[in-house]
Amino acid sequence: MGKVLTLHDLKTFFYTREGVAKAVNGVSLFLNKGELIGLVGESGCGKSVTGLSILRLVPFPGKIVSGKILLDGQDLLKLPLDRMRQIRGAQMSMIFQEPMISLNPAFTVGDQLVEALRVHREITKAEARDRAVEMLRMVEIPEAERRFKEYPHQLSGGMRQRVMIAEALLLRPKVLLADEPTTALDVTIQAQVLDILYKLTQEIGTAIILVTHNLGLVAEWTRRVVVMYTGKIAEEGRVKQIFEDARHPYTQGLLRAVPLPGQSRRGQSQALYEIKGIVPNLLQLPPGCSFHPRCPEKKEVCSREEPPRVTVEEEHHVSCWLYS
Amino acid sequence: MFWQRMLSHKVGIIGLGLIVAILLVALLAPWIATHDPLKVDVANREAQPSAKYFFGTDDFGRDIFSRVIYGTRISLYISCLSVLVATLFGVIIGGISGYYSGVTDNVIMRFMDAVMAFPAILLAIGIMAVLGPHMINVVLALGFIYIPRFARIVRGSVLSLKEKEFVEASRAMGNSDWVIIMRHILPNCMAPLIIQATVSLAYAILAEATLSFLGLGSPPPAPSWGNILSDARNFMLDSPWMTFFPGVAMTLAVVGFNMFGDGLRDVLDPRMK
Repeated sequence: MGKVLTLHDLKTFFYTREGVAKAVNGVSLFLNKGELIGLVGESGCGKSVTGLSILRLVPFPGKIVSGKILLDGQDLLKLPLDRMRQIRGAQMSMIFQEPMISLNPAFTVGDQLVEALRVHREITKAEARDRAVEMLRMVEIPEAERRFKEYPHQLSGGMRQRVMIAEALLLRPKVLLADEPTTALDVTIQAQVLDILYKLTQEIGTAIILVTHNLGLVAEWTRRVVVMYTGKIAEEGRVKQIFEDARHPYTQGLLRAVPLPGQSRRGQSQALYEIKGIVPNLLQLPPGCSFHPRCPEKKEVCSREEPPRVTVEEEHHVSCWLYS
Repeated sequence: MFWQRMLSHKVGIIGLGLIVAILLVALLAPWIATHDPLKVDVANREAQPSAKYFFGTDDFGRDIFSRVIYGTRISLYISCLSVLVATLFGVIIGGISGYYSGVTDNVIMRFMDAVMAFPAILLAIGIMAVLGPHMINVVLALGFIYIPRFARIVRGSVLSLKEKEFVEASRAMGNSDWVIIMRHILPNCMAPLIIQATVSLAYAILAEATLSFLGLGSPPPAPSWGNILSDARNFMLDSPWMTFFPGVAMTLAVVGFNMFGDGLRDVLDPRMK
């Protein structure tokens, strides 16, 4: 399996009036062809910004400071903007969290799909229309012909998110960034939407980065997991390695904080575990390992020096002083 | 949907009716008018309203009815064109200002504030004094003074729209700024724009009349509501019909546009009600 996307020591900083917020601070990861990986972490840990950085859509006052983003070996950060625009949507696309506002209310679903096609391909309106309707069928929208002519407000949330998926996959991109694609949907619809997403990307061969804070989704759908904390990768590994043998105290904490059905009925009812403290302000990160103030197993060195990246097993890496 | 709600809005429909009536009058002026509006009838100067002269005649013996009918054309022509000019430039300026924000926005909007700080009519008078009396100049002057209102509305809408996820999504699809502005932002600020344009038409009619009244508007002898009034003001006590009828025409037009504008706002703006 070849790597389709590689991030090398990516740094994206936000230059705010209060100081520099290091939202993404040295993230390296890779994505194999057709692979589905999960990018997880608490709110504000930099997972969404990582996604936006890959498309070079970091909002002002953010800036990609250094690093490399290789798509099929080509460094995206060195491309001129108009080349980058050709890549967006065609080779890499993105699905956003809010399906309610991700579609333009002023145009029909069909208009938007056709537009997306015609930005990148020189095809006639009729051809684009056929492709778009076909795509709506592929995301299992019933009565695709009719829905094609409807406006976003006539569709339900799950339906809209499927339209977004259709739009994102229309040009068979190599990489799809899915930023919390199902957070706004209810649980049964979540499963449907992810199922469609998974099947389609397997067919097309699109690799997905699933950005989420829902560990259940990650366990069920992804092959590898990357856990982020304050702009850095705390731990990464195969799903099994992470869920059964988490090494980083932060990952362990995250997993223990997930409620299990029937947990309280099994004998003594214990309160749900929580990681104490809150995510530190990105403007004032603690020195050393930024997790040390919240860490139950902190050592003296943790507050002084940044932890090294340690390989625990094949594909399983952790950045923590406990293992070096 | 839109028409159902519009039709159930009584005030708005009355306004629309007035506007349609006025438009018809302007279009059919040659068939409605009973006399040549410029023809002088010395024998019948300052004649009272009668079967021959519905609205009476002025001090040159010109038929006021025909002058008011033809005046509709000029008044509408000037006000529509000037609002069009204002909308066009307002959209461009406000769009750039809102979309690019930052320094560009600050410079543009401070300039707009400066324009707005002048009393509109005073500014128009100043511009007319520089450009000289001509119909196109009236259009330009009125258009210019209304640009800031449109620019502000568009800027405000753009500022909120550009943060919407569908704009971000469009960018992630590889669309250029131009496509994003034209396809995703402007169509979504149409509602406030249309409302502002309708209400501005009413102001433009009044402003045009004010300029004509001061002798800076469309030059005589071509009749516009403003310069009919202007001619008549010396005879207000002896021949009140000379001021009354053009005044009524103007009132109807202004009330019509305002009522229709109110109706549009109630129907198009979801925050009302």
